Amino acid sequence: MHSPSSSQRLEGYLRSDHRKGIRNYVVVAYLVECAHHVAREIVDQFRGQPVHLIGFGGCYPNAYADRMMHSLCTHPNVGGVLLLSLGCESFNRRRLAEAIATTGRPVNTIVIQQNYGTRKSIETGRAWVEQALKQIADVPRAAIDVSDLIVGTVCGGSDATSGIAANPAVGRAFDLLVQKGAATIFEETGEMIGLEEVMSARAVTPELGRELKMSVGKAARYYKVMGHASFAPGNAEGGLTTIEEKSIGAYCKSGDSPISGLIKPGDVPHHGGLYLLDVVPDGEVRFGFPNINDNAEIAELIACGSHLILFTTGRGSVVGSAISPVIKICANPETYERMSDDMDINAGKILRLEATVDDVGHEIYDKVLEVVSGVPSCSEELGHQEFVLTYKSFEPIGPSCLPA
Amino acid sequence: MEAQQKSKKLLQIHKNDNVVIVVTSIHAGDHEVIDGRDITFTQEIGIGHKVAARHIKAGEKVYKCGVPIGSAKEDIPVGAHIHLHNLKSDYISTYTRDSDHAFAK
Repeated sequence: MHSPSSSQRLEGYLRSDHRKGIRNYVVVAYLVECAHHVAREIVDQFRGQPVHLIGFGGCYPNAYADRMMHSLCTHPNVGGVLLLSLGCESFNRRRLAEAIATTGRPVNTIVIQQNYGTRKSIETGRAWVEQALKQIADVPRAAIDVSDLIVGTVCGGSDATSGIAANPAVGRAFDLLVQKGAATIFEETGEMIGLEEVMSARAVTPELGRELKMSVGKAARYYKVMGHASFAPGNAEGGLTTIEEKSIGAYCKSGDSPISGLIKPGDVPHHGGLYLLDVVPDGEVRFGFPNINDNAEIAELIACGSHLILFTTGRGSVVGSAISPVIKICANPETYERMSDDMDINAGKILRLEATVDDVGHEIYDKVLEVVSGVPSCSEELGHQEFVLTYKSFEPIGPSCLPA
Repeated sequence: MEAQQKSKKLLQIHKNDNVVIVVTSIHAGDHEVIDGRDITFTQEIGIGHKVAARHIKAGEKVYKCGVPIGSAKEDIPVGAHIHLHNLKSDYISTYTRDSDHAFAK
């Protein structure tokens, strides 16, 4: 039988918007690539301490990047923010700093051109982070419950085993989390082509069902323009017969709960349930692929409030993330043996018939609570803090997307 | 399901599935008990491939992970390998390298 993990009292960091964090990081954020080096030099002086680096490299303005940075800098896992600006980029640094200050978090902006260049800016930044760490150490704590959590899921470095072992186990863990009142988020609409009817039937309202179907249709059009082949002959050699079957790999991470809403990057679910995150840009195809790599998707899940990320892999991804811990679930038993330092959960046991999907689902659920309690995940322990943010374009979600 | 519990080579992912997944390669001559029937395999079936967990009638939907992945093109007896020859997408036909030759004709 599974241990009643819920009896354990967990504590979180209480923020002014009543959200609760599971970590308390100072984030150093560069607002253009030209400020990246200075930001990194500051962060590098705090190795092993709760200081993370994020940023946006573009010099041209972009509403999506602006919204992402606002959401990330006021994420419940963030206690304070240092902004690094070169001085001439388009990013509206004053508005971002004001939004962060409104939440009561310590915030400071260093404009490198006004702060006597690289060396002086690194020194000013280091001193500020040092005092900010002291300042946020006594942020109020509050009991945190599963119903306070938002958990996202993503897959990367997939192989034939991902869809068989790790993804169904995450689906089971999602069901357990939703039953306890958590909000869970899945995405990758481009990998749900062929399943839109099945998925929309799970929507809590018919109107939401239509929105879900439209989001998959949008993804299909977008990927077609990008020339992205959704079913390669190699897939059939691995035993996949139809596009629906291939799509299931991504889809079954969602579990069996009803779908409570459709959100876009930066939208935070306000109550428990299962949500689909639409990561495919709206309008004409611009700026390239919807997500250039797994971390672009992880950053979007975190911008939607995810406290932690369940990452399934078969071939063996090693990435973590800035701001929210990443829990790695490995589907392939051989990969697990080769890369066990990087893997939190060995879902390959399912293929070896040493555990059931249900067993591993419970194991993932328990691991979530352990990481919430402060125990670092493997990628956290190893210092992974990957982050990427590029140009995209979205329209706001429609009124049917979040039924009350 | 007890038959599959004992099997070291086949896994049912979802309770509603009518297929089981090969998790350890099957070789010609291997025996497995599926749906109470003793099945002797006549060909090699690789990891990740599907085998009928029960008799599936022509036109019936095939379920994996609790979700329909297409329809049977013909009657599929219990224990038979399920792939391009007897399963078709309900959505869009599967592109294979051979599909290319069809255009060349």
